[in-house]
Amino acid sequence: MFKKLITVSAGVVLASGLAACGSSSDSGSGGSGGSGDITMGFAQVGAESGWRTANTKSIQASAKDAGIKLKFSDAQQKQENQIKAIRSYIQQKVDVIAFSPVVETGWDTVLQEAKRAKIPVILTDRAVDSSDKSLYKTFLGSDFVLEGNKAGQWVVDNAATNDVNKDGKINVVEIQGTTGAAPAIDRKKGFEDKIKADSKIKIVASQTGDFTRDGGKKTMEAFLKSQKDIDVVFAHNDDEGLGAIEAIEAAGKKPGVDIKIVTIDAVKDGMTALSEGKINYIVECNPLLGPQLMDLAKKVVAGEDVPARVETKEGEFDQAQAKAALPSRQY
Amino acid sequence: MRDLGLRFVRHNLFWPTLALVLLLLLNLTKTPDFFSLRLQDGHLYGSLIDILRNSAPTLLIALGMTLVIATRGIDLSVGAVAAISGAVACTYMAGSPDESTAGRAVIGMTMAVAVAVLLGVWNGFLVSVLGIQPIIATLVLMTAGRGLAMLITDGQITTVNNSLFAKVSTGFVLGLPIAILIALAVFAITAVLTRRTALGMLIEAVGINPEASRLAGVRARTITWTVYVFVAFCAGIAGLMIASNTSAADANAAGLFIELDAILAVVIGGTSLAGGRFSLTGTLIGAMFIQTLATTIPTMGIPAETNYLFKAVVVIVVCLLQSPKARAVLSVRRSSPLLTKGSAA
Repeated sequence: MFKKLITVSAGVVLASGLAACGSSSDSGSGGSGGSGDITMGFAQVGAESGWRTANTKSIQASAKDAGIKLKFSDAQQKQENQIKAIRSYIQQKVDVIAFSPVVETGWDTVLQEAKRAKIPVILTDRAVDSSDKSLYKTFLGSDFVLEGNKAGQWVVDNAATNDVNKDGKINVVEIQGTTGAAPAIDRKKGFEDKIKADSKIKIVASQTGDFTRDGGKKTMEAFLKSQKDIDVVFAHNDDEGLGAIEAIEAAGKKPGVDIKIVTIDAVKDGMTALSEGKINYIVECNPLLGPQLMDLAKKVVAGEDVPARVETKEGEFDQAQAKAALPSRQY
Repeated sequence: MRDLGLRFVRHNLFWPTLALVLLLLLNLTKTPDFFSLRLQDGHLYGSLIDILRNSAPTLLIALGMTLVIATRGIDLSVGAVAAISGAVACTYMAGSPDESTAGRAVIGMTMAVAVAVLLGVWNGFLVSVLGIQPIIATLVLMTAGRGLAMLITDGQITTVNNSLFAKVSTGFVLGLPIAILIALAVFAITAVLTRRTALGMLIEAVGINPEASRLAGVRARTITWTVYVFVAFCAGIAGLMIASNTSAADANAAGLFIELDAILAVVIGGTSLAGGRFSLTGTLIGAMFIQTLATTIPTMGIPAETNYLFKAVVVIVVCLLQSPKARAVLSVRRSSPLLTKGSAA
């Protein structure tokens, strides 16, 4: 405990001292950036899903387009690997470091080192939990609450068609993401906030599907037996929605017609199901944040002010839009 | 009559069976037609069918695990082996030009089970030849195996479009799910092999004392090795079922924590972790119990935040009922009024 206190207070002293001298020499560190040649070190989480792979490809492609030299590392879902990669970027004196933190905590020391070396840091996709907000310049990522809002708003806006059995009540079953995960908590909250607007809409059952197809299928199977009049399924990601589709089909019902489905993510398999009419609406959680990241990187290196929180540009798709968007879908 | 009742109550499988029945009845309070079955597209449809179908992978792995535990071993790698099996089958099918043909499905599934058996040979080698403690030997594959599965699928969820492959988990024969028929067939074969021949006794002998049984002429090493191969074989088929359920191989999530469910099923069924004694019927009831519990949670509408707690409480109660000490306390309490009643009659 005592040791921790010392470390923390030492960190605070160091940080305040550095902040003072940092502001005077900012223009000096931007020297290499001024010549138009920016080097970025990016420490990726890993390649755990199609979403992540698309994220990686977007960053690599847009760095090339923006003329930014990219040093890329894959941490294979391990924090220690990410820290190692960031340290090596500091030693190589890159102009800007960007990374997608695998977990929320434990970054203070390495970010402190980056700050001492006067290398600005941009967080992408996931946030870090640190009391010292000066350790990074900005956080670029999705707003999960907003995603839930959009899904909820769609149910409200289409209340007439969503009441499938015309009994004046819209019974929603919710398949949540992994219990305790930030996207699951925020999407649930965002959705609930919006459907309050219409007293006909009610969540009659809510259970986790662990963000997986298998989980979504098993949860939906049980819902189909325990709930009599399900009008709408709200799944926290596409995979759970795809699992729910199979459960609904096995029950002899038509997904998208007898039971409406709204999901979040817009990965290729989900978009395919949407274009086939098995899903009714998908809110996008955009992994293609490369162009926005390169923009921010240029501004940060040039010493311009950037907002502390930048949201990724995200759309939403109905069935017709999915048909149009599908051929060019990268993930 | 009372004697018969007492014998019934004292039977090893009385408490797990009672727990299973009570759990099924609990669902009736929320869903009155929980037991109802109807015909849907030529097969039976209902909650009970879901429980049977979804319990198949756990049951298969638990059967293998029962024999491993009977030799005083344990296999933690079954979940990873299942993930690898699904990954091999799906990657093979997705990679071939004619992915939807029956032939591809058969080759893919055969390859997957072959790889699983090979992994079982590796586990068995570590345990029986090198003498590494089972928990450590199989921990290697538990952690490394999932990485291997990720490597096979390239870290992506591999979706396949093959009707024969999809039938493994979602198909029906004579109105019953194919998955549970496969699991029950393996159950029957295992039961005949272990209880109608000396094999079961030999496995128990190895579990009680491998050295003594070796000196008595039992091939302890071969038997130990074989049970690890067998459990990996079961895990391989279970992996195919899991992948087939959604026609996709998810290396990250497929069979995650299934080893713990399988061990739990074995323990609930009355097989001792100390080895030397096993009950296949107990494992069957244990596996059904675990799947019923999983189905009960969403059916009863238990909030997602508390479902692990609910599961834990139920499992603790069942394990307590299984423990000889707790049972002794219970039977003393109960037998006294029973005796007075008996004498009055």
